[in-house]
Amino acid sequence: MIDNAAVELSRLQFGLTAMYHFLFVPLTLGLSIVLGIMESVYVMTGRKIWRDMTQYWGMLFGINFAMGVATGITMEFQFGTNWAYYSHYVGDIFGVPLAIEGLMAFFLEASFIGLFFFGWNRMSGLGHLAVTWLVALGSNLSALWILVANGWMQNPVGAAFNFHSMRMELTSFKDVLFNPVAQAKFVHTVSAGYVTGAVFVMAVSAWFLLKGRNIEFAKRSMTVAASFGLAAALSVVVLGDESGYTASQNQKMKVAAIEAMWETEPAPASFTIFGIPDLAARQTRDAIRVPWMLGLIATRSLDQEVPGIKPLVAEAESRVRSGMLAYGALATARAHPDDAAAKATLEAHVKDLGYGLLLKRYTDNVTDATPAQIEQAAWDTVPNVLPLFWSFRFMVGIGFFFIAFFAGAFWLSAKRQLDRHRWFLRLALLILPLPWISSELGWFVAENGRQPWTIDGVLPTFLSASSITAGSVWLSLAGFVLFYSALAVIELFLMVKYIRLGPEADAGASPASLAPGRAGA
Amino acid sequence: MIMAFLDYPTLRVIWWLLLGVLLIGFAIMDGFDLGVGILLPFVARSDGERRVAINTVGPVWEGNQVWLILGAGAIFAAWPAIYAVAFSGFYLAMFVVLCSLILRPVGFKYRSKVACPRWRAVWDWALFLGGFVPALIFGVAVGNALLGAPFAFDETLRMTYHGGFFGLLTPFAVVSGLVSVAMLTMHGGAWLAAKAAGPVADRARVATFVAAFLLIILFAAAGVWAANLEGYRISGAFAHDADSNPLGKIVVRETGAWLANYRSMPWTMAAPALGFAGAMLAGLTAWRRHEILAFLASAISVFGVIATAGLSMFPFILPSSFAPASSLTVWDASSSRTTLLIMLVAVIVFLPVVLAYTAFVYRVLRGRVTERQVEANHHSY
Repeated sequence: MIDNAAVELSRLQFGLTAMYHFLFVPLTLGLSIVLGIMESVYVMTGRKIWRDMTQYWGMLFGINFAMGVATGITMEFQFGTNWAYYSHYVGDIFGVPLAIEGLMAFFLEASFIGLFFFGWNRMSGLGHLAVTWLVALGSNLSALWILVANGWMQNPVGAAFNFHSMRMELTSFKDVLFNPVAQAKFVHTVSAGYVTGAVFVMAVSAWFLLKGRNIEFAKRSMTVAASFGLAAALSVVVLGDESGYTASQNQKMKVAAIEAMWETEPAPASFTIFGIPDLAARQTRDAIRVPWMLGLIATRSLDQEVPGIKPLVAEAESRVRSGMLAYGALATARAHPDDAAAKATLEAHVKDLGYGLLLKRYTDNVTDATPAQIEQAAWDTVPNVLPLFWSFRFMVGIGFFFIAFFAGAFWLSAKRQLDRHRWFLRLALLILPLPWISSELGWFVAENGRQPWTIDGVLPTFLSASSITAGSVWLSLAGFVLFYSALAVIELFLMVKYIRLGPEADAGASPASLAPGRAGA
Repeated sequence: MIMAFLDYPTLRVIWWLLLGVLLIGFAIMDGFDLGVGILLPFVARSDGERRVAINTVGPVWEGNQVWLILGAGAIFAAWPAIYAVAFSGFYLAMFVVLCSLILRPVGFKYRSKVACPRWRAVWDWALFLGGFVPALIFGVAVGNALLGAPFAFDETLRMTYHGGFFGLLTPFAVVSGLVSVAMLTMHGGAWLAAKAAGPVADRARVATFVAAFLLIILFAAAGVWAANLEGYRISGAFAHDADSNPLGKIVVRETGAWLANYRSMPWTMAAPALGFAGAMLAGLTAWRRHEILAFLASAISVFGVIATAGLSMFPFILPSSFAPASSLTVWDASSSRTTLLIMLVAVIVFLPVVLAYTAFVYRVLRGRVTERQVEANHHSY
């Protein structure tokens, strides 16, 4: 009944459009704060160069922001278009942070972004500064609510199954909001955005310095980016560690898969720096291990075990069997809502209902599954080990590199030597793609590591999809690829054009904009 | 005390009203942006004039579009079954709406970043489509809601849809789409008449008059047609406070059922009356150069037209033509009581704040947009 091709295509479409959307989000997050800092300096010192900086980086921010807004609508709509059963099954909880995001955050950001561009001569200096910070606040709150929603997919707290309405329903909004997974992911994600903003400002400024133009402008921009970037890079890694810790408490299978750890090791577990996970043989070859390290990261102790994949699969198998009982009782309870025995069985096993639903792939009745099917369903709980293992390691490597890079930049900036070393400027330009690569890898680890679930332990991905035909999804997917590619070309063309034009073109084009602001003078 | 007053059926009706508030908010606030897009090729001839038209909405359209994002988010949270059925059932129509909506942010932002006339002409078309296509399809969607959509639920409440993209384009639905296009064109015209300077405003006044005239004719035609449609009615007793399960009722189809609410609650006739009266007033006042009055009258008309569709169908929100018992109504398609309550608190706290700073933004940006202003400010679109 569920068209498997439509499910896989919907996954591909969601993954591609989400990753595309996230090309623009981190730069918005990071640059919004950079703009706030620069304009604050302008208002405090009254020096025009800081206003020029705010306006120039603000214009590049605008080119990027338009794409973020445009591609964000797609994300919201897709839950309904391609994941209709998901929307029905968890909309009661998942929809809440999305709606509050619109109400509390996106309205703020989008209402004031117009004044950021059009309000320079219509408001006092302080008034405009407030607008800029409100845009930054809106962007960051927006990320908070989106990650509350995403955190709930990883760790579904504060909700319970209702068999009358055949869906999950909210029991505690407080638990959803203060979900530890969501909180750790929020700070990790916005910090990654700040690093992106800092690297962007560093790279473009380095290019100016290499060309020998806009020296004062570029040096000041770099100074802001160096200190902001160092703080952000440290925060990404510390909160990434926090994410790892919360994941090890709630998503043990994800951690085991990222580590390609097939068996439980005696505590404290070692961390595999290099290795070749062999899925068929269910072991990791040529591994180089650091003793104790994983145990320390994942459990923050020396005596707790980090469970391996095989014992977790054995645990999943018993949960699948329990889930079969829940599913059988659910069918009885829906047909006869007064059947007390069925309701008691359902209540006893409802926490494993999601594991029972994994069997839907093999048998529509669930309750008649063979032992082979049950074993298969249990092994389905293992995500894609090989790409997770390597994506995670590249992401972490890039994260540590940023700490070193920004520490160096901070040092040079403190010694006022940012423009002295051409090798450093070339390096700053060269690493421009790295924050985007690590952000995309991070999302891949988080969301592919969540498989086979959309809601961890509650709803399998293949059941979440809409009952649409593969043909329709092919059509929309092809449309998105063509349309988004064209937009990417246009965006890059404009970005490069306006970077090359530089701040002098921006300021020079408009005599009106040179009228002094009221603040600071 | 308040908790006891806000029982489940009351909360459901409140959220039905809030759904209306958000959709009407979208149509009034983002509606004039869409209308400006539709009118762009007709009221502005030179590049300078086009930039005037675009810059009347340039600083505010982003905030306005959040009404749509919030509307969709609120349907997701408060009416998840409707979100699931409407978005996946109208799959390709949604895709087309999405693409045309995406043209708008990039169109506004990128059009004037390159001086080449051909570049700008392409974006002008993009902005026209970005206004016209969503206006048309949202109207077509409302028409299909009045007709009923071909969907059914199975025992696990999984929805199957038994129709395709072109099945949406029935004559009645197309007329509904045209009502929506005329309405938002009138509204965009009234905005331009009040906000633009020079020949753009003059042409916009004429456009407002013509669109208001067309709206009156089309709205009347759609009304007569809808009165003679096979509407839907819940038959027999049916609990209004039960957990949401859209399979627990019996629904019958009857010609003229969409008039039942106007018979039992005559005050509801105020909605279509406001739709007509607002449009007449908007047309006349635009003609007589009372532009601000014209914009307010147009907003009242938008309110009346959308409220008419909602009130005709109450308590149905999205009936099913394929399996009427699967129809989604106020009583069986909502979120849980807890979720409705929390969302209500969020709306009560944040919506007034949103309205306050929106008003502030419009106040800062008051005054007509002239060609000279657009030329002088390098941030102009």
